[in-house]
Amino acid sequence: MNKFVRQLLPFGTLTLIIAALSALEPDTFLTAQNFSNVLSRSSYSGIIAMGMTAVIISGGIDLSVGSMMALCGMIAGLIMTLHGEIVPTPGLMVLGTLAGMAMGLVCGLLNGSLITLLNLPPFIVTLGTMSAFRGISYVINQGMMFDVPAYTFLGEGTIAGVPVNVVIFLLIVLLAFFILRYTPLGRYTYAIGSNRQAAYHAGVNVNRNLIAIYTLTGLFVGIAAMIATSRTVSAQPTAGISLELDVIAAVVIGGASLSGGRGTVIGTIVGTLLISFLRNGCTLLGISTNIQLVVIGAIIIGAVALDQAARAKAEAA
Amino acid sequence: MTPASPEVTPAQHAALRMTSISKRFGPVQALRDVCITVRAGTVHALVGENGAGKSTLMKILAGVYQPDTGAIEIHGRPQSFAHPAQALEAGISMIYQELDLAEHLTVAENIFLGAEPGGPLPFTISHKQMMARAAGLAQRFSFDIDPAAKVEDLATGDCQIVEILKALRHHASILVMDEPTSSLSEREAKRLFEVVRRLRREGLAIVYISHRLEEIIDLADQVSVLRDGALVHCEQAARLDIPKIVHYMVGRELTDFFPTRAAQVGAVLLQVQGLSSEAGIRDISFEVRRGEIVGVAGLVGAGRTEVARAIFGVDKRTGGQITLDGRALNIRSPADAIASGIALLTEDRKRTGLCLELPCSWNITLPNLDCIGFKPFLKPAQENRLAGDVGARIAIKWSSPAAVAASLSGGNQQKLLIARWLLANSEFLIFDEPTRGIDVGAKTEVYGLLNRLAEEGKAILFISSELPELFGIADRLLVMRRGRLVGNLVTKQTTPEEVMHLAAVEEKT
Repeated sequence: MNKFVRQLLPFGTLTLIIAALSALEPDTFLTAQNFSNVLSRSSYSGIIAMGMTAVIISGGIDLSVGSMMALCGMIAGLIMTLHGEIVPTPGLMVLGTLAGMAMGLVCGLLNGSLITLLNLPPFIVTLGTMSAFRGISYVINQGMMFDVPAYTFLGEGTIAGVPVNVVIFLLIVLLAFFILRYTPLGRYTYAIGSNRQAAYHAGVNVNRNLIAIYTLTGLFVGIAAMIATSRTVSAQPTAGISLELDVIAAVVIGGASLSGGRGTVIGTIVGTLLISFLRNGCTLLGISTNIQLVVIGAIIIGAVALDQAARAKAEAA
Repeated sequence: MTPASPEVTPAQHAALRMTSISKRFGPVQALRDVCITVRAGTVHALVGENGAGKSTLMKILAGVYQPDTGAIEIHGRPQSFAHPAQALEAGISMIYQELDLAEHLTVAENIFLGAEPGGPLPFTISHKQMMARAAGLAQRFSFDIDPAAKVEDLATGDCQIVEILKALRHHASILVMDEPTSSLSEREAKRLFEVVRRLRREGLAIVYISHRLEEIIDLADQVSVLRDGALVHCEQAARLDIPKIVHYMVGRELTDFFPTRAAQVGAVLLQVQGLSSEAGIRDISFEVRRGEIVGVAGLVGAGRTEVARAIFGVDKRTGGQITLDGRALNIRSPADAIASGIALLTEDRKRTGLCLELPCSWNITLPNLDCIGFKPFLKPAQENRLAGDVGARIAIKWSSPAAVAASLSGGNQQKLLIARWLLANSEFLIFDEPTRGIDVGAKTEVYGLLNRLAEEGKAILFISSELPELFGIADRLLVMRRGRLVGNLVTKQTTPEEVMHLAAVEEKT
């Protein structure tokens, strides 16, 4: 019962925020258009958060996702503008999209390999690659961005009235949910995060699973990068600065433990939406972005503090 | 409020008196009307199966829990502790099974943690004075320990000495020791007994909790037995023997403490030839037949666990060959070993065994996800049923297979790990100290399980530090000393004395 209440906590907060905003701004907030906007805007950080959930459950962390997103976008932009024409051809756009996603895969593979083969803490490795990926993003076009005017499908396109990026977001949520719940990889992720030594002694190939988790996260970042590129119709080397912190915050608000072994896809979605609706609400209410930062900071600390208190109570009972 | 100083106790006055202590947790009556008196200058052993209420009683004494009814008197003064700090203030110190030391600090820093002698300037510490006082304290009780040594460099036995010194620094007059020997070697344990006797002579009242009944008979003046939250017996140790204590603990005679061994010994299953590993074992050769339980004896550090780790692929082999059922194996990881039909129940179930915050069912199926029924995707319903079935087979007490492993008692946690390997249907099973820290009832169940596995034609390697259980259950005994195999004996044709002699002979000459 207590566990149930605890899991409802972020849900409750989210509902509360939505209810409050609906009451305060019924005309602008409570519209299909606004909800669609919020979902669309949170799609790429939400996609990355799915990977981050697995990483954090495994007891790790990935600080490089923001820089990696910029790098993937820049690689895609480089390829899309190969012909030098202002409007990229459909062929190059498809090629660029695939290249951007592949770049994410490679970056994730690199993170996972460095962590497992050199036996280094994920915090250190991804702190290093965070810097390196950002640097490479700047080098690719001498610090300038690539304009890709016709690359609008992922950013603005709709399928049956639903934004394409929201559809992709939902598909990746389902995929992550399925992986964590119904595959050995997901189960091993929990086991490694809960007790790495015990998992190893139970025959889990810890290194292979960790590499898989970081690579999967990289792929998700690649996909997110293409959505971000399409939303701004440009690949920017400054994309995703401090995005990793938003994503980690969403995962943690969703009830995951930074010491590993605990976390859920559903929780992370709630965490992601909570941050997005807060931002949206603040904007609608005319609260400045500076104050928004303070509010989000308070929410992170408050959510985790409440979760801890509920947990302590459940354990004492 | 001032605690009696440890030196003065001509007559053995009651240092601690707990009367009619009761405590209820929800529907569970953890303690019922327990009375216990511990005299200064005596060792009072507290025994009982896991869940009998020993630790609840001690936590009440330590001020962690408050009793529902009952009173505590310390040196004749009524006390009630709302907080652990008050118990400490009253002269009660606890030394728990899991030691509570800051590893990176020195012995002296640990002893004076929170009460460092001040230096010349405010907010500074006088290291010189701290060292001197720590050395003085150690000398007064004739403990041989270097106050400047880092705790992480100490052996477990020495860490306990540090804990004891910490307690003495608090002017403790009542010392509670919870399973102090569970992770000590025979020699360290002997030294600890000397220390306990010295503390007794100094007039401390010592409450001693242990599952090892031999040492209780040896060490204690008085023995109290708890069962199901009630005090069932209290008598002078001199008038008790192990069968009597066991009788009071379990409420029945354990005539069949060890099962009757009737397994059919068959063909050779595992053959180890010239095994050496990076962890320091050298040239180990032996074989285990189907239906056979082979015990491994030796002192702590003799390399028993290392043999298990080398076979299971945890430590890197540097030489030798392992053959299972005639097939030569090349095992490089636990995953390889499990795939070949080898299981290892590790000696430390918390560190290398269980994922404590995950469900019991997940812990049972963890090495088994490659089995039929789980591929290609997990089926939670089926998983729960399989785990539930195997759990029922060995009578695991849980609220459901979905309960987290941490919610189970020590004995049942051990059974979870056994269930894991039952489900894996391994042919060759290594049990490394499977009965450590579990109660008498659970121990007999583990022996029974080993026996049943042998009867099913499995081969078992059974590592233990307790000779009685090795002699009770094993068909043959391997004896190790300093990384080498120094004896391979038929249990019925040898004696504990011979085994001890083989295991320790170098240290005697």
